[in-house]
Amino acid sequence: MSIKEKSKGKNEVNELTRVQELVYEVRVKEVMTSEVVTVSPDTTMRDLMRILRTKKISGVPVVDGGDLIGIISLEDLVKAVADRQRPQDTVGNRMTRKVVFVRADELAVQAVNLFAQHGYGRLPVVDNDGKLVGILTGSDITRGLLRVLSQRYQAEEIRRYRASHIFKDIDSEQTSLILSYHIAAGDFDHGGAATSKLKRALERLGANPALLRRVTISSYEAEMNLILHTTRGGELRVVINPERIVIITEDDGPGIEDAEAAFKPGFTTAADWVRELGFGAGMGLANIKRYSDHASIESLPDKGSRLLAVFEMSPPDKT
Amino acid sequence: MLTETFHGEAEIASGGAADLMSDVLAFTTEKNSLLLSGLTNQQVLRTAEMANIGAIVFVRGKIPPPPTIELAEKLSIPLISCCHSMYQACGLLSNAGLPDNGVASILCQ
Repeated sequence: MSIKEKSKGKNEVNELTRVQELVYEVRVKEVMTSEVVTVSPDTTMRDLMRILRTKKISGVPVVDGGDLIGIISLEDLVKAVADRQRPQDTVGNRMTRKVVFVRADELAVQAVNLFAQHGYGRLPVVDNDGKLVGILTGSDITRGLLRVLSQRYQAEEIRRYRASHIFKDIDSEQTSLILSYHIAAGDFDHGGAATSKLKRALERLGANPALLRRVTISSYEAEMNLILHTTRGGELRVVINPERIVIITEDDGPGIEDAEAAFKPGFTTAADWVRELGFGAGMGLANIKRYSDHASIESLPDKGSRLLAVFEMSPPDKT
Repeated sequence: MLTETFHGEAEIASGGAADLMSDVLAFTTEKNSLLLSGLTNQQVLRTAEMANIGAIVFVRGKIPPPPTIELAEKLSIPLISCCHSMYQACGLLSNAGLPDNGVASILCQ
């Protein structure tokens, strides 16, 4: 990781990382070649020579009743000729029986490692019963990764396009999208999960990065408030329309005595355990106020609170 | 290095240190920044996700619990553990030329 003042080529880096990540996601069966030329142990070396020549390949898996039992290559053929074996000698006598193979369900990265480890040009692919189901070369992996990458890229692009045009496509006096999440009290471990979903939704809708950051930080603080400071949790609702984004949270207790004071930095009612977790220093509502264009809270002790934070689409920047 | 996730070419534009997540959220910048923290729960990761944190360094050799590491892999945020104290680690990075990511504290505005 380099420390530089200016950031450049960030997209290239992201693309590269995506390809690297893909090797850990894509399975062998997604990139292998399923149509495999095979021979049986009874195939003569003369026939093998003909097969290698006509198919323009340098090796084939040896299969008996569908089971992978060996592999034979051009090298074995050359050795057989050098040993002056009779041409009617069979594949079964000359093949390599200890075959390095890869399973169809394994990750592509396993195959990459095997190629690097053994230096082979191809790996037979078997299913869980040891039946040959395909063959894999280095270029199969490259081609397969590129295909999967472009498919995923297109799928995300289409999703993003559709989402970002939703307000144009739907004709009404006022179109709003409402995202609702129920937030359970005390569920600290999952805190932020709802906002994480909201962030992805807003990205697809094409929100600009500055606005996205202001909204997600505010939503996250609001979500943590519901988790840490309410009796039974509450609702997090986000209303999105072309003019503004509004975050609303509602809970049913315990409520705040002096709701306006709660916006002051440092105002807190948090218990020690909350503070130990890195929250509850009275900065949550202050942050929401700081990042939003308008924030207000209505609260009645023993009844509950309602928080409203508004983010105007224009002017776009307030950081 | 605690995660498989490692963006070798990623650039870190600035750094910050806090154990208070709301403080991290108050000082975020547009570009990738580094967060130093002594806190190892999942909320550090969620905070990082919302605040454009490019990588997290845990000080005093702290190792986060497995769920935190799992979430880091999911969010693709690298985690590093270092043996320095928060004070030492900040000093080293600051001397090495990593700028501060804080604009101004809310209280100082």
